Amino acid sequence: MDNLEKNTTSKKTFVEDVDRSIYDVKDKVNASYQSHKGLTPEIVDEISREKNDPEWMREFRQNALNLYNSIQLPKWGPNLDELNMNDIVTYVRPNTAMQAKWEEVPSDIKNTFERLGIPQAERMSLAGVGAQYDSEVVYHNVREEVKSQGVIYTDMESALREHEDMVRSHFMKLVPPNDHKFAALHGAVWSGGSFVYVPPGVKVEIPLQSYFRLNAPGAGQFEHTLIIVDKGADLHFIEGCSAPKYNVANLHAGCVELYVEEGARLRYSTIENWSKNMFNLNTKRAVVEKEGKIEWVSGSFGSHISYLYPMSILKGENSKMEYTGITFAGKGQNLDTGVKVVHGAPNTSSIMNSKSISKDGGASTFRSAIRIASNAVGSKSAVSCESLMLDDNSRSDTIPVMDIRNDEVDVGHEAKIGRISDDTIFYLMSRGISEADARAMIVSGFAEPIAKELPLEYAVEMNNLIRLEMEGTIG
Amino acid sequence: MSGNLLDINNLQVRVEDKVILKDLNLTIKEGEVHVIMGPNGAGKSTLGYTIMGHPGYGVDKGNLIFEGEDITDYKTDARAKKGIFLSFQNPEELSGVTLENFTRTSKNTVTGEQARFMTFRKELYGVMEALDMDKDYANRYLNVGFSGGEKKKSEILQMLMLQPKLAILDETDSGLDVDAVRLVSKGVEAFKNDSNSLLIITHNTKILEYLSVDYVHILVEGKIVKSGDRSLIKKINENGYKDFITSDLSA
Repeated sequence: MDNLEKNTTSKKTFVEDVDRSIYDVKDKVNASYQSHKGLTPEIVDEISREKNDPEWMREFRQNALNLYNSIQLPKWGPNLDELNMNDIVTYVRPNTAMQAKWEEVPSDIKNTFERLGIPQAERMSLAGVGAQYDSEVVYHNVREEVKSQGVIYTDMESALREHEDMVRSHFMKLVPPNDHKFAALHGAVWSGGSFVYVPPGVKVEIPLQSYFRLNAPGAGQFEHTLIIVDKGADLHFIEGCSAPKYNVANLHAGCVELYVEEGARLRYSTIENWSKNMFNLNTKRAVVEKEGKIEWVSGSFGSHISYLYPMSILKGENSKMEYTGITFAGKGQNLDTGVKVVHGAPNTSSIMNSKSISKDGGASTFRSAIRIASNAVGSKSAVSCESLMLDDNSRSDTIPVMDIRNDEVDVGHEAKIGRISDDTIFYLMSRGISEADARAMIVSGFAEPIAKELPLEYAVEMNNLIRLEMEGTIG
Repeated sequence: MSGNLLDINNLQVRVEDKVILKDLNLTIKEGEVHVIMGPNGAGKSTLGYTIMGHPGYGVDKGNLIFEGEDITDYKTDARAKKGIFLSFQNPEELSGVTLENFTRTSKNTVTGEQARFMTFRKELYGVMEALDMDKDYANRYLNVGFSGGEKKKSEILQMLMLQPKLAILDETDSGLDVDAVRLVSKGVEAFKNDSNSLLIITHNTKILEYLSVDYVHILVEGKIVKSGDRSLIKKINENGYKDFITSDLSA
């Protein structure tokens, strides 16, 4: 038996690209307006005019643009030299106004969302849906019973008109434009996204979902998601994203700001399946008040390069954060993800579970940054990350950072890196399972604890994706 | 008792550069129970792995004929589909896949038929009860966190669900307490019928107390040095292997 390990010749796992046929269907670009490439004060003003911004927002954009021009690119993560902002079209208005009925959405756009299963999911398992196509939201609808509970779910542009005070007092307050270069960019050219307000004590029983689709080649998508879950309220929000693959770089620099008030709970699930020409430089942040809870569920499968580190500020006593995430980095992908948490009050807790799979030269990095303030006594934080590498060309790194400023805390960090063992493959094959199926089974099994946290249709999608990834792996 | 189920002819097996099995011949007929005994390092587990087709065990010479078909070059899963089963000495763990789902997938693959969900479950629970396994294990990830005894029961459970023609039990009795050995033996007894066969690899004899045995083979340094009937077991219990080792080396 001792010889077994050494002798068994490990086959190189060779995996083709994912079958992305659903995602890769490109619509003919049929925009009613699109900005010129690049970024100048004139272009930003033009976007502002197109969108009928109030004056304060026009100024906000210009200030953000100034910051963008003065802030350097990050030097600590994946290289962004390939991203040339002069080639990115920042604003593409689809040729339709926002509709509340799918029949009224132009058929090419509607067909795209049909293929992605959005209207079907809306009928079956969602309380409301928003669908963004390039820079604008083309569809928004929420069930009457949810609306009658006082829940507001609309696109950001409508929110800016109809709930201007609430937007103004929260917009880019959690993620200020000076946070980093792409937050500044977002502030300058943001467009679309969703606004949700859940009144005190209201429990939204079934999830709301916004889906972001970027169709235009060489374009950027900069949607802004602002969610306020008021005292004692409860919401599950799902965000999905995809794009067809082009040979030019596309950019996604969205921004998500989540306000979880006292005793409230928000579950924020994301499935990101961008094409592999996408730079995904997204910023997400939540502030959680006393007894409140934020739950992040995150699946990152697409993009060429990702920088994605959802941050939670546990501001109130006994507030909690849970993060469950998985990344799958394949050929040509460098997915740099992680979690940040600030424990800013006593007895706060954070639990982070991350899994990553890398194959065929893909790289995945998981960063965790935990800060526990001097007053946050009795706080707990636990990080666990596991990675699975499917071949010798792939990479997986874990980078934990901890800044702990009091002694009465309980902090743990656990990291494991593994490979598929030939003995496990042999064992499964001895029960009649083919080698390809055995590998797929091991990878699915690895992902299972995360998959069961995902909304069902996405869990199914993830398993299909793993199966497709693993097919044809045997040389 | 009729045709030959497995013929092993002049088998030489190598692991890396080391020859482990030499000129090994063995015929197992339908319905027979064979026992392989021998000291540590004799090549007993190697024989089991080779019959199951582990890629780390290279066949230099000879062949394996199963039901008249040369399976020497068959992959492991193809052998399983032909009706060969190996109960592992150290079963692997598989996180994220429950014992029930795994066993169902395995059975569907081996039989080529989709078992009905509830029919399968009923059968599974029935076998688990016979093995005195808590039903909760069906919902646990395959072998993850199972004790040594539970892992062995999980192997016997899978064997009973898959109903292979030839089951190889590699040290299935090792590391088990008396009660567990009795339950596992009961499971093996329940499995056995006139048309299926067993190859039991063991270096102690507890499991054999409860089973009828047709042949006993003594494996020393990669060769079968002695074959006989059940009475060989008693001899070994009394004198160990030293008679066979010396007689073989001096021969």
